[in-house]
Amino acid sequence: MELIFPHWPMWIVCRKEDGKIIMRVGVLALQGAFIEHEKTLKNLGCETIQVRKREHLENIDGLIIPGGESTTIGKLMNDFNLTGPIKELAEKGLPIFGTCAGLIIMAKEITNSSQPCLGMMNISVHRNAFGRQVDSFETDLHIEGLGQEPFRAVFIRAPYIETVNEGVEVLATVDEKIVFAREKNFMAAAFHPELTDDTRVHELFLNCCKTFHNLR
Amino acid sequence: MAEQGTWKVKKGLAEMLKGGVIMDVTTPEQAKIAEEAGACAVMALERVPADIRAAGGVARMADPTVVQKILDAVTIPVMAKCRIGHFVEAQILESLGVDYIDESEVLTPADEQFHVNKNAFKVPFVCGARNLGEALRRIGEGAAMIRTKGEPGTGDVVEAVRHMRKVMSEIRKLQNLPEEELMSAAKEMGAPYNLVVEVAKLGRLPVVNFAAGGIATPADAALMMQLGCDGIFVGSGIFKSGDPAKRAKAIVAATTHYNDPQMLAEVSKDLGEPMVGINISSLADVDRMQERGW
Repeated sequence: MELIFPHWPMWIVCRKEDGKIIMRVGVLALQGAFIEHEKTLKNLGCETIQVRKREHLENIDGLIIPGGESTTIGKLMNDFNLTGPIKELAEKGLPIFGTCAGLIIMAKEITNSSQPCLGMMNISVHRNAFGRQVDSFETDLHIEGLGQEPFRAVFIRAPYIETVNEGVEVLATVDEKIVFAREKNFMAAAFHPELTDDTRVHELFLNCCKTFHNLR
Repeated sequence: MAEQGTWKVKKGLAEMLKGGVIMDVTTPEQAKIAEEAGACAVMALERVPADIRAAGGVARMADPTVVQKILDAVTIPVMAKCRIGHFVEAQILESLGVDYIDESEVLTPADEQFHVNKNAFKVPFVCGARNLGEALRRIGEGAAMIRTKGEPGTGDVVEAVRHMRKVMSEIRKLQNLPEEELMSAAKEMGAPYNLVVEVAKLGRLPVVNFAAGGIATPADAALMMQLGCDGIFVGSGIFKSGDPAKRAKAIVAATTHYNDPQMLAEVSKDLGEPMVGINISSLADVDRMQERGW
C-alpha cells in the first residue's frame, strides 16, 4: 500500500461530498490510551469504534492498537478471542497502526520477553529499551514523508525496533535506533502521536485506510 | 532536543495505565502473579493496607531491598509509596528507579502541614483525594495522577464511591459556573485558580483519575469505572482473598468490560472467598486513613 502524506484537508479523505462520514476506524480498547486516539481520529473527521470483542471488528477501514501495558493488552486479546480475528483481517490487508505497546504486540519477535502478541510485522523489538520511567523523554523527530517540520514525539518506557527484516521501511530514528517503521498495511511507532496535537502521523495512517476503504 | 521528566512524559505514563488495574504486592512472587493476571502496574509494599491497619504503629516506606526485588521481578511499571511530606523517602524511591511514587495516606504522615513538592522530581507522583479541591491542590504541587482515597484496607467500597461521586459532581458544578464565579469557587475549595479554570473548561481533571481504597470484587471495579474513573487500584483486595490469581484476573477483565453486565457475571463466577473486610461504620475516626492529607 502506497504511503503518501495527503496534502488536502483530512475531512475530504474521511467524508463524502455531502459531508457524510465514510471512514470507520477501530481502536483496540482493552487497556491503555485508546480515548486519545479516538479524539484525534474524530477531529480528523472519521467515525471510531472501541474494539473489545470480536463483533466490534466488523466493517472497519483500519485498526489502531494503542499505547498501554503490552503484557496486559496481549493477554486480554487472547482471553477475549481477538488475536485470531485481527490476524485474519491483517492478511486481508486491513491497515493496522500500533503505538508503543501496539508496536510490541505487532512485532514477529520480542527480544526480551515471551508475552502473548500478534506476531505480524517483520521486525524484532526490544521492550523498555530506553530504560524506566525516569528515562522517558520527548524529542523532535524527523519523519520520512512528513516534510521538514519536525514531529514532537513523546517516548514513555518506550521500546525500539532492533532489526527490520525484508519489506520493512524505516520512517524515523532516535540516536540511530529505529522508532517508526511500516510494512505493507502495517505501521508501528515507539512514540505516542496521540499525546500531542500534531495530527500528521494519524493522517498518514488514515490515507492508508482510505485506500483500503476504496478497495473494500 | 530530548527532554526528560517533562509534564507530558509524567502525565503520559498515567495515560498508558488507563483502563487497567494496579495491584499492591509485597513479594516478587506476588508481583509475578499480578503481572501474569494482566495488571498494568504493581505497587511495591512491605505490607498491604489491611496488615498495616492490623499491625498499628508507624508505617513507613518499604525496605529498598523489597522494592528492588520487585523491580527486578516484572517488566510492567512498578510504583512505591512514600509518607505524606517525606521528600527524602521520595528521593530514595526515585534513585531506585521506581516508575511512579504514591505519596500515600496509607503510611503514617511525616508532615502534618505540607506535602512533597512533586514538581522537584523527575519521577511522576500519584496522590489520593476525597474531593476536587484536594485533587487540584495535589496537582498544583506536581502530582501527575490522582486516585480517590476511599478507605484503604477495609474491602468496603463505600468511601471510594463517596469520593468519586464527590469529585465528579464538583466538576459538573464547575462546568456550569460563569467565568466570574470561578475565582470564588477556587477560594472556597482551596484550589489553584488556573486549575479550577482548566477543569471548568475540560469537564474532567487535567490528569488521569483512578479509584482506590476498598475495591475487592470485579463488580466493585466496574462500579468505579461506570462512575467515571480511568482505572483501578486494588490494595488488600487481591492478596487477602482466597484465590488471588483468579480474583486478580477477574478484576482486570471487569475493568475492561465494565459496561457489559453479561461479561461481568461471567468473570465474577467461582472466585472463592473475597477478603473479609471491615465495615466502615465500625471504624473509629482515628483509624480512618482518609483523614490524612491537607
